[in-house]
Amino acid sequence: MITNFRAVRAIYVFEMARAGRTLLQSIVSPVLSTSLYFIVFGAAIGQRINEIDGVPYGAFIVPGLIMLLLLTQSVANASFGIYFPRFTGTIYEVLSAPVSYGEIVLGYVGAAATKSIVLGLIVLATAALFVPLHIAHPVWMLTFLVLTAVTFSLLGFIIGIWADGFEKLQLVPLLVITPLTFLGGTFYSIGVLPPPWQTVALINPVVYLISGFRWSFFETADVHVGVSLGMTLAFLAACLAVIAWMFRTGYRLKT
Amino acid sequence: MKPPDRPPVIAIRGLAKTYATGFRALKGIDLDIRSGEIFALLGPNGAGKTTLIGTVCGLVRPSAGTVSVDGHDIATDYRAARALIGLVPQELTTDAFETVWATVSFSRGLFGKRKDPAHVEKVLRSLSLWDKKDSKIMTLSGGMKRRVLIAKALAHEPRILFLDEPTAGVDVALRKDMWAVVRQLRDSGVTIILTTHYIEEAEEMADRIGIIDHGELVLVEDKATLMRKLGKKQLLVRLNEPLETVPEGLSGYRLALSDEGRALVYTYDTREERTGITRLLGDLSEAGIRFHDLDTVQSSLEDIFVDLVGQRA
Ligand SMILES: Nc1ncnc2c1ncn2[C@@H]1O[C@H](COP(=O)(O)OP(=O)(O)OP(=O)(O)O)[C@@H](O)[C@H]1O
Ligand SMILES: [Mg+2]
Repeated sequence: MITNFRAVRAIYVFEMARAGRTLLQSIVSPVLSTSLYFIVFGAAIGQRINEIDGVPYGAFIVPGLIMLLLLTQSVANASFGIYFPRFTGTIYEVLSAPVSYGEIVLGYVGAAATKSIVLGLIVLATAALFVPLHIAHPVWMLTFLVLTAVTFSLLGFIIGIWADGFEKLQLVPLLVITPLTFLGGTFYSIGVLPPPWQTVALINPVVYLISGFRWSFFETADVHVGVSLGMTLAFLAACLAVIAWMFRTGYRLKT
Repeated sequence: MKPPDRPPVIAIRGLAKTYATGFRALKGIDLDIRSGEIFALLGPNGAGKTTLIGTVCGLVRPSAGTVSVDGHDIATDYRAARALIGLVPQELTTDAFETVWATVSFSRGLFGKRKDPAHVEKVLRSLSLWDKKDSKIMTLSGGMKRRVLIAKALAHEPRILFLDEPTAGVDVALRKDMWAVVRQLRDSGVTIILTTHYIEEAEEMADRIGIIDHGELVLVEDKATLMRKLGKKQLLVRLNEPLETVPEGLSGYRLALSDEGRALVYTYDTREERTGITRLLGDLSEAGIRFHDLDTVQSSLEDIFVDLVGQRA
C-alpha cells in the first residue's frame, strides 16, 4: 500500500541528488561510449553492411544500443542505490520508518528508472546526430522505454539486496546483462542466425525487449510486438514477485 | 512501588529472538515502558540490548512474542507504531556526502512529516549543530556524527526515543551536554530508552533501570528503590588501637576487620527500620574500644550490577 508519499518523495529526491553529485560520470560516460558504437558500427562498419529489413544498418542498431544502455544503467543504478545503504548501515532508518515495502521500492526503483530513461532519451538525441532517424510509433517507443527501465531497475534492486559484496554487485551485470544484450539482437536481426540458434535466442528475454523497441522505430520485428509486450510485462511481474518475497521474509534486510 | 498512572507506552510480551545461527539472543522478555520516563537498559556486551531495541523498531524479526507501542502492534500496525519512535543506533552509520541539513530533512520526510525548516533548525540548534548545517557529514568528528544521528531521530518529533549507547566515545563535556538534551526531551514529554555501559550515566539519568544478561531481563526496578534495596551500606569505625580479632562480646554483629585491624566494618541494610548503629556504638564504648572517626560507604549501582551479573556468570 502506498500512502506515505512524503517518504517516497524523500527517497526519490535523495537518490536523484546522489545522481546529481556524479552528473558528469552518470551522463558523459554512457553518452560517449554509445557515440563510439555509432561511429564504429554505424558509420565505419555500417557502410559495408547491407540494409537489414530495409533499414540502414546505422539506424538499425540505434534501438538495440539504447536498450543496451537502458538495461545496464537501470541495473547498475538500482542495485547500487539499495546496496550502498545496506553496506554503510544507513538502511536502518528506512527499515525503522513507517513505510511500506511498496513505498521503499517506488522510491528507489522510481529514481533508478528515471535516471536511465533520461539517459536513454539523451542517447536517442545523440544518435539522431549521427543517423537519420524516424520513429514510427513514438508512444510505443516511450512505453517500451519506460517498461524496460522499470523492469530492469527492479532486477537491479533484487541484485542490490541479494549481493553481499561489491564483486557480486558488479559481476552480475557483467556476466549476465551484457551478454544477454549483445546476443539479444543489438547489432543484428535474430533472423540472420542459423535456425537452431534462432530458437535458442528466443529464451533470451532481452530479444523481446529489443525486438519490440525496434518495431516502434521501424515496424520491423523478430517477434510480434504483442509477444514483446507480454514478455516484458511477465518479466516485470516476476521481478515484483521476487521483491515481494524478499520483503516478506526480510531476506538480507532484517535479521 | 507506585503504580503507573497511565498504560505503558511500550508493552513487550514474551519477546524471543533466535538468530539464523541458532543463537538465542532474547529469551522471553516481558517489559513495560512507562510514558514519559527515562529507562536505562544495562547489560554486558552481547546481552541482547541492541537486539531488543532492533526488534521494537522493526529491524529484527522477533521469533516469538508481541510488542505494542501506544497500543499499536509493531507487526500488524507498524505504521502507527513506528511513527512514534525515533532511533539512534549504536553504530555511527551516516551518509558521507550528504549535508547535515539534507540528511535531517530526509529523516523527517521518511517518517511522513511535512517539511518544517523551523523544527529542523530547533533540533540542530539544541544539539549545537546549527553552524554545521551545510557541512558534509564526512567532514564531522565522531561526536558530531553521533549528534547528527540524534538529530535525525528527532526530526519527526517522536514521542519515544531509543538511544543505543548514545555516549559511547563521547568526551565528558559533550556527555554532560547530551544528558542535558535528554533531560530536556524528557521534560517535553518524550519517553526515553537508553542503553549504556557507563553505570554512572544510568545512575545520573534514569528513572528506572533494567538489567539484561544472556537475553533475559534479570531485573527491572525504580532506580531509587533499586539502590536502596540492593544498596548495602557499610559503616567504618576507625579505631585508635588496632585489633587482632573482633572482640567476643561483639560477635552478635556482622563485623569485620579491615585496614590491618585499624578499622571495624559494620555492614547493614538501609531498608531496615533499625540499623543497629546506635546499639553498636554503645556496645563499642562499653567494651572499651575507642575510635576517632566514622565513615559510611554506600554501594553504587556499579557494585550492584557487577554483583548481579557476576552471580549469574
Ligand atoms: N545477526 C546476528 N546473527 C547472529 N547472532 C547475532 C546477530 N546479531 C547479534 N547476535 C548475537 O546476539 C547477542 C546479542 O547481541 P546484541 O547486539 O543485542 O548485544 P548488546 O547487548 O547490544 O551488546 P553490546 O553491549 O556489545 O552492544 C550477541 O551474542 C551477538 O553475538
Ligand atoms: Mg548493542
